[in-house]
Amino acid sequence: MLKQIEGSKAVAEGVALCRPEVICAYPISPQTHIVEALGKMVKGGELSPCEFINVESEFAAMSVAIGASAAGARSYTATASQGLLFMAEAVYNASGLGLPIVMTVANRAIGAPINIWNDHSDALSQRDSGWLQLFAENNQEAVDLHIQAFRLGEELSMPVMVCMDGFILTHAFERVDIPSQEQVDAYLPTFDPRQALDPAEPISIGAMVGPEAFMEVRYLAHAKQLQALEMIPELAKEFKDVFGRDSCGLVQTYCADDAETMIVAMGSVLGTIKDVVDEMRADGHKIGVLGITSYRPFPLQQVRAALENCKRYLVLEKSLAVGLGGILATDVRMAVSGTGLNGYTTVAGLGGRAIPKASLHKLFREVEKETVDKVGFLDLDWEAVNKQLERERRIRHSGPIAENILHDKGIASAAKFG
Amino acid sequence: MPYQPVKFYQTGTYTVGNRLLAPNERSVQSSEHRSNSINSGHRACQGCGEALGARYAIDAAMLASDGQIISANATGCLEVFSTPYPESSWQVPWIHSLFGNAPAVATGIAAAMKAKGKPQVRVVAQGGDGGTTDIGFGCLSGMFERNDDVLYICYDNEAYMNTGVQRSSATPPTARTATTMPVGPEPGNPFGQGKNVPEIAMAHGIPYVATATVSDLRDLEYKVKKAMGMHGARYLHIFVPCPLGWGTVAHDTIRIARLAKETGLFPVFEAEHGEVTGVLKIRRKTPVEEYLKPQKRFAHLFGKHAHPDMVAHIQDMADRNIRKYRLLEEEAG
Repeated sequence: MLKQIEGSKAVAEGVALCRPEVICAYPISPQTHIVEALGKMVKGGELSPCEFINVESEFAAMSVAIGASAAGARSYTATASQGLLFMAEAVYNASGLGLPIVMTVANRAIGAPINIWNDHSDALSQRDSGWLQLFAENNQEAVDLHIQAFRLGEELSMPVMVCMDGFILTHAFERVDIPSQEQVDAYLPTFDPRQALDPAEPISIGAMVGPEAFMEVRYLAHAKQLQALEMIPELAKEFKDVFGRDSCGLVQTYCADDAETMIVAMGSVLGTIKDVVDEMRADGHKIGVLGITSYRPFPLQQVRAALENCKRYLVLEKSLAVGLGGILATDVRMAVSGTGLNGYTTVAGLGGRAIPKASLHKLFREVEKETVDKVGFLDLDWEAVNKQLERERRIRHSGPIAENILHDKGIASAAKFG
Repeated sequence: MPYQPVKFYQTGTYTVGNRLLAPNERSVQSSEHRSNSINSGHRACQGCGEALGARYAIDAAMLASDGQIISANATGCLEVFSTPYPESSWQVPWIHSLFGNAPAVATGIAAAMKAKGKPQVRVVAQGGDGGTTDIGFGCLSGMFERNDDVLYICYDNEAYMNTGVQRSSATPPTARTATTMPVGPEPGNPFGQGKNVPEIAMAHGIPYVATATVSDLRDLEYKVKKAMGMHGARYLHIFVPCPLGWGTVAHDTIRIARLAKETGLFPVFEAEHGEVTGVLKIRRKTPVEEYLKPQKRFAHLFGKHAHPDMVAHIQDMADRNIRKYRLLEEEAG
């Protein structure tokens, strides 16, 4: 059914259609609206049987989901940013135990400095946690990805993170086609794990594994991710059969066939990029887009196939590998290794910094001319940065950085506020 | 009242032979039908109080629930010695997730059972004192506060034994651990630190809180049975000596546990909804020296460079417990 609906509410309705049996909720912006909506559905009896648990931390949220999933219940939670880091130990544990928990990550920056707005630092910090990580471009895809995530996770016995840009998607009202219960039931069978905690058949889960077997266990986690590379396109195809629309898959391309310049990105910024590409195409620029939906597993082959015929590519990413450059760009470089392709990285939109079309027009033209920095930072205020660097050159000792930048930019100034 | 119907003084050990008891008074452990929840062959040290406590408690919980138990276990000695892959001593469905999350994992299991319409399946979480009073404390308090249907059992051996005997918030004053060495003017763990988790549990107003020791099997089994007869969050804190960490001889585990209770240093009581409803009385009041001296972790309090002031301070603590919990018969009522 078509609805004009907030992203968080749409995701909550999509998750509810998947019949979760245990939902753990801990508030952190910008995911709160999702669990609030689910809580209302459980309390009102629309979503039943389901236990909605208000936990005391994100660490507990993931831990409750671990217990519930191990006991055979379909389990869901949502988090973001600091919350994802606070539960990190349990995030790794869930995947190590092979529990198909589904978690929404409403992508948000990580502090300090504390910042509630969108970038991809949170999810990407967990890229090696063993979770499958899917990135939504818009709210329709966010809903569809959750439905596929339960199916995918339970087929592989692995947990899945569905990543959607905080505020930009979670708080945006868009047209979303909410599927019917019959459609979701036809696509997603009941959760029936191979083993579960059950007094009728007592098993021990979570035993200690020493050097003699640990490597093999870890390899098998990798093998599951490789299987997911096969399974994700199959499930997307099956999804289309049931729901009648293309959604998700490993990667998506746009205007890529004859593109000489390719822009690679994840998440909602793909919409802005496509608009810019449309406008540049109208002016005769041979430019195209590669959107990555499946970040883990990372689809090396598909990325390589999408890029190998272009002349150059730019990875525009909302994350920063401090001391290196790009996080996504590093993975993309691995995909194209040996092709000799010129790859560039632009870090953009950190902490919710707007990524305007005008900046992208300028950037993409520089990429076409290959005059762009190998690793660049979109719309960085060099004056403020250089002033602070100069200050540190003069007096070399530890001290505040964020406060100085705010002061220099006139956002917090004693003179201004008297 | 805690279970104490039979008093045998003639042996000096207070043990009660089952032959002298009516069948309905005999312990779960003495039954050939006990479930052996944690089976032989595990790798606990000789004289391990925790292995004993776990066996007593889970067997009693199994009997009380007609075998319908799922257990969540925190990281620690109990987890490590019972489940070295691919072996497991557990005859109950059992999960180990992390050090600090056993209460939350148990909450998840209980929620799953509720959602799946299996109210007969009961959940027992287990952890050592480190996993309970320190790293798992946030999750424990959350589980209590929500009154989740979980019995949490803390096996308290008063330090992080699995990692090599480091101090926890359950380590008593003056005790030697690897991180509170018996050196300097105030050797061992400082006075004025640590937390009393049974009392903090009571402050949550949960249905049942109890303490027990491995020296009194029937009292321990009675408390497990009582806890299993209730719903909501329940907490059982069992005192379990550790020969390795305490420097005691393996065959003294039960005697040391009994001395902890008889000195008043470890008050054995039970409480419902935040109110103390019963205490296990001290049967023969014993000075704390008798408890401290057999333990190498307190060796620096005695001998050439003795610290009688510290021993007196510990005696004060015991006396305060005796007054507070009315642990002596003559002070009762």
